[in-house]
Amino acid sequence: MNCPLYIRSVPTQGELKFHYTVHTSLDVVEEKISGVGKALADQRELYLGLLYPTEDYKVYGYVTNSKVKFVIVVDSSNTSLRDNEIRSMFRKLHNSFTDVMCNPFYNPGDPIQSKAFDSIVSTMMVQAC
Amino acid sequence: MSPAQWDLPPELCCRPMAFVALTGLDVVYNAIHRAIWDAFCANRRADRVPISFKVLPGDHEYPKCRTKRTSYEWYIPKGILKTGWMNKHLNLVPALVVLFYELDWDDPQWKEKQSECATKVEIVRTSLQGRNTKVAVVLIQKKTPLPPGEDLVASERASALCGACDLSGKSLFVLPHTDHLVGYIIRLENAFYEHAQTYYYNEIRRVKSHKEFLNKTTHQLLFVRHQFKMGFFSELKQDTQNALKYYRTAYSLVHELRAHETNMLEIKTMAGFINYKICRLCFQHNTPLDAIAQFRKHIDLCKKKIGSAELAFEHTAWMSKQFQSFGDLFDEAIKLGLTAIQTQNPGFYYQQAAYYAQERKQQAGQLCSHEPGVGYPAPDPLETPSGALDFYGQRPWRQGHQSIDPPDSEKEKQGILALQVKERDVLHSELVIALLSNAVAQFKKYKCPRMKSHLMVQMGEEYYHAKDYTKALKLLDYVMCDYRTERWWSLLTSILCTALKCSYLMGQVKDYITYSMELMGRASNLPEEQKSRIEKNLIKVLMNEVPQPEPDCDLASVKTAQSLWSDRISLAGNNEFTIEVQDYVPFVQCKAKFLYPSFHIDEPVQLHVYVRADCPHPVRFSKLCVSLSNQEYNQYCLLEDASKEKDILETSTQENMCLVPGKTRKYCFKFVAKTEDVGKKIEITSVGLMLGRETGRCVYLNWRGGWGDAASSHETLQASRSFKRRTRLPEQQVDWDTVAIQSSTMIISRVPKISVQLTHEPPALTNEMYCMIVTIQSEEDTVAKDIKLTAGLKPGQDANLTQSTQITLNGSEVCDDSHPALLPDIPLGDLQPGQKPLYIHCVSTGSRILLFHVAYSVSATVEGKDINCKCHKDETVTLETVVPFEVAMKFVSSKFEHLERVNVDIPFLLMMDILSASPWPIELVNSEVLLASSMTPIDQPQSQVEGVTLQTSECASECFLLKCPPVQNDTSTVASGHYFISWKRKSAFAETSVVRTMVILPHVMVENIPLYVHAELPSFGRVRESLPVRYHLENRTGLVQDVEIGVEPSDAFMFSGLKQVRMRILPGAEQEMLYNFYPLMAGYQVLPQLNINLLRFPNISSQLLRRFLPSRIFVKVIFFRPQIKNNGRPCFLVFLVGPTLGLRYLTFFFFTFFYQLSK
Repeated sequence: MNCPLYIRSVPTQGELKFHYTVHTSLDVVEEKISGVGKALADQRELYLGLLYPTEDYKVYGYVTNSKVKFVIVVDSSNTSLRDNEIRSMFRKLHNSFTDVMCNPFYNPGDPIQSKAFDSIVSTMMVQAC
Repeated sequence: MSPAQWDLPPELCCRPMAFVALTGLDVVYNAIHRAIWDAFCANRRADRVPISFKVLPGDHEYPKCRTKRTSYEWYIPKGILKTGWMNKHLNLVPALVVLFYELDWDDPQWKEKQSECATKVEIVRTSLQGRNTKVAVVLIQKKTPLPPGEDLVASERASALCGACDLSGKSLFVLPHTDHLVGYIIRLENAFYEHAQTYYYNEIRRVKSHKEFLNKTTHQLLFVRHQFKMGFFSELKQDTQNALKYYRTAYSLVHELRAHETNMLEIKTMAGFINYKICRLCFQHNTPLDAIAQFRKHIDLCKKKIGSAELAFEHTAWMSKQFQSFGDLFDEAIKLGLTAIQTQNPGFYYQQAAYYAQERKQQAGQLCSHEPGVGYPAPDPLETPSGALDFYGQRPWRQGHQSIDPPDSEKEKQGILALQVKERDVLHSELVIALLSNAVAQFKKYKCPRMKSHLMVQMGEEYYHAKDYTKALKLLDYVMCDYRTERWWSLLTSILCTALKCSYLMGQVKDYITYSMELMGRASNLPEEQKSRIEKNLIKVLMNEVPQPEPDCDLASVKTAQSLWSDRISLAGNNEFTIEVQDYVPFVQCKAKFLYPSFHIDEPVQLHVYVRADCPHPVRFSKLCVSLSNQEYNQYCLLEDASKEKDILETSTQENMCLVPGKTRKYCFKFVAKTEDVGKKIEITSVGLMLGRETGRCVYLNWRGGWGDAASSHETLQASRSFKRRTRLPEQQVDWDTVAIQSSTMIISRVPKISVQLTHEPPALTNEMYCMIVTIQSEEDTVAKDIKLTAGLKPGQDANLTQSTQITLNGSEVCDDSHPALLPDIPLGDLQPGQKPLYIHCVSTGSRILLFHVAYSVSATVEGKDINCKCHKDETVTLETVVPFEVAMKFVSSKFEHLERVNVDIPFLLMMDILSASPWPIELVNSEVLLASSMTPIDQPQSQVEGVTLQTSECASECFLLKCPPVQNDTSTVASGHYFISWKRKSAFAETSVVRTMVILPHVMVENIPLYVHAELPSFGRVRESLPVRYHLENRTGLVQDVEIGVEPSDAFMFSGLKQVRMRILPGAEQEMLYNFYPLMAGYQVLPQLNINLLRFPNISSQLLRRFLPSRIFVKVIFFRPQIKNNGRPCFLVFLVGPTLGLRYLTFFFFTFFYQLSK
């Protein structure tokens, strides 16, 4: 399933465009996941790296072992975010997501409404902006 | 300026090839010349040298060469590259001019022709004044030339001709017009190619030599120009490596130019050209990564070079073109064998080109929306004297102007205005759509379905902007389902909004309704007020009114749409629409279920339909119907608004038909199933909900299978996983998620109210007619009619059982194979309580399952309806079959000794032991031996067990005296016959019939014996009383036999007779031997042993023969001698036979005592 569990963009204007960007990036994510299965190499690497080039944005991907996908889209001009920073952002997201999943009242597949997750995302977005 | 002003010039995009002009060929009238020309230009495949040929007349005027500058000191260049330059060197200025001239070496008018040729060469030379273009002469000859050096005349005349024409020997060629024309032509063109390369080499050197005269302040433009030219000449020379080098230098130089608003376009244009050349060559060198890197660098450098803000659309148009042409180059390279990947394919460049084209459109919209009064400026500022520009990328109204400020600000304004007005007329959407569709094609190829969908959405939106609503709707409708299945509701909502606008503007009622329904539903994330507005519009449409226009629509289009909608109102018919819900997520949800997975025929089938709406306002519907697999029931599952005439908005008394948002409504239906449907499944094929009215406009929502739309299955799954506590809802309200689906039910027969009892005495005995009594008792309220009993072996068991089991109702006779294993449908009529005896004949042992199936019909009343129900009850019983008794048979001699074999004509006994194995007593009615012909009875065989009753594990025995008539051979095995036992179960429960069981008697070995001996003696002897014994010896052979007979002495007897004798017995004769034994002791005494030796048959031992003779005799005691007593009879006889040994001894002593006493 590729329906969004959580999607957020700052600033909110032109949000739709980013929804499309995230959605289209799933093409590459799916291709990479299926590719990993074939190669069997380095399966523990969840970070997929830069997914595809666009003029103005950089799209990064990350896939958990249970095939939950994380996508981060940042402005190309933001040079402070290098690969390492993105990696750690994904790691933070993953940790927070694991916490969400551990909540017995959360039903996997439902949209995420956790405040803790929300605040983690917010702090990351503040840092990035 | 054409709309294609941003297209790259064709001379830039083509592959440069050396230009060679051919003169002196008359290709129109001269067949030979024509053939030569054809050979040059036909079949120019990759293996031929890259030359572009052109036939020119002998006196063709080549472009004039300007006088060469000796100093650049005062020269100020007006632009970077002249527009005509590339074309000039590709098509106008040849690298080599070839003069074709028909002249054979032995031509009679050699002198004249030689000078004519020289004149022609001279004309060409004059025309090429100042150029380095080479000239060559080809003599077309009729004869095949001799090998070089042999034809002295030829070499002499050749050098003469060279002299006359001022040619080097290398520039004179001979073309014999013979069969091998193409071969000669290929050799010729290779030679031309060499000349052309030398020419271009010299051109590069010439351009390079200018460099030393240039200075960096005033001649910056020339640096770029010269590098470009050198690159171009290198390409003509086919030296692409060096060409790339020159172009790269040119590219870095072009960015070193002082850029300002007036020359920005020129710089960008040239940068674009050079970038194109570099990328093209990189792809050609199969270094695509270099090409991509160069392009990225190019874009990064030029992205910000917008130039004049009033002409910002020019920049985006240029950017779009850059991406597009790179995409083209990339795609071309892929066609030539390059492999692209998902994340790096031409699609991205087309997409970006489309993005810039969209931006261009936006900017044009902002910058070119002049007042209506502003027209195109009167003296066209874009007009140039020549009709074209002198330099690439310059403004027509100030060509050659290179300083920072424009020379004339008024003219500048007019020029900009002219460009803006022109831009206004450009069909931007078309450009965008073309680019998007290019991108779609690429992404389809590189497995990016979502990217493809996204681009198609953009295309649809672009069509919408271009007012082509049909195409827009087609595209949007096509991709909508992708977003629906992926459950990206935000994206789906945005697409639906555009689609709704399109359908509104086109007056498409069905589409309008469909999209509205989805936008009002749970899949849409529109704000409430939007949903509310859409709902109001939908109600209007259902009432056959004109809906309010959608927001942000083109005003003119809205006008057209409104008139379209009003036309629709008057239009009769075609106002009924059906929407298949499973493809959408409409605002009404439905779940239909049968209450139970099965219903008995005598109870009503119950069906519940749950309906729920997610729209902002309550909505009324006018009809709810359920279609079932058996359509006859549909009439019972229908809910219709009775108040047909009333307005739908009016609050009717029938609140039942109103759906309140967020609340689940339940509708119950009931019907009585038909008796034919017993055992069948009834399925909900669909549920239909009608909104609107048949009189106005109505729409049927159709749930196939009775539930579920495009989003339901996932929601059901999530709900089933959820741990959320369900709050108890007030009465009559249902939690939607807890409603489970039961879309089919089975109609099963009525529960029978009868009892079936079986009475019998297991186990059954093999071959017996086993009696089972079936008792059927009705507990029905009414008469049970047409009772039918099916009894017998339950089908589906071992096939052998079927053959070894027979069922009958008649117990008086034993079944045979003609009786079936299952008796179907024994009619019993209407039920009178009773019993039915049944007989089962089991031929083999083992357990088998018997089935008793009682079917009957009874009338019942359901919901005030009389139905005739068929009921049935099954009863099964497992029956064990055992063997009633076992029969053991053996042959024994008359001495009850076990016999391995019997002898001919010598009597023997056949003994039978019948051992009962039955748990029930068995009565043996009779027994009978049917002997085979090889056996004969000695006396009348009569049953000895008749009337005997055997309890469990009791045994009955009988025996028959038989003998065998002579056999053919000495020994042979013969059949004995059959033994029949007639028996029956001794039962108080039922009268049983007699069963005759047959046992096959064992075979026995019969042998002849040569001599038969038998003794004739009394049954007992008395002490001291003579005991005559007569031995008979019969010779049973056809030979005279010598027999030696001896009698062994014995303690118990004295005897008289022949003690030892040898005699002859004739064939078939009998010899009699008489002995008188005189017993001395009482009791069982061993007779004196008779030894018989057959001299002819030494293998017949005395032992064997002795078998026929008695070995012992009982000797009685006498108390009083008869001669002492008067009457000669004993007056007292003690006869004691003790069961134990001890007593026997006692007896003996007793006898002895008396004996001694009497002595």
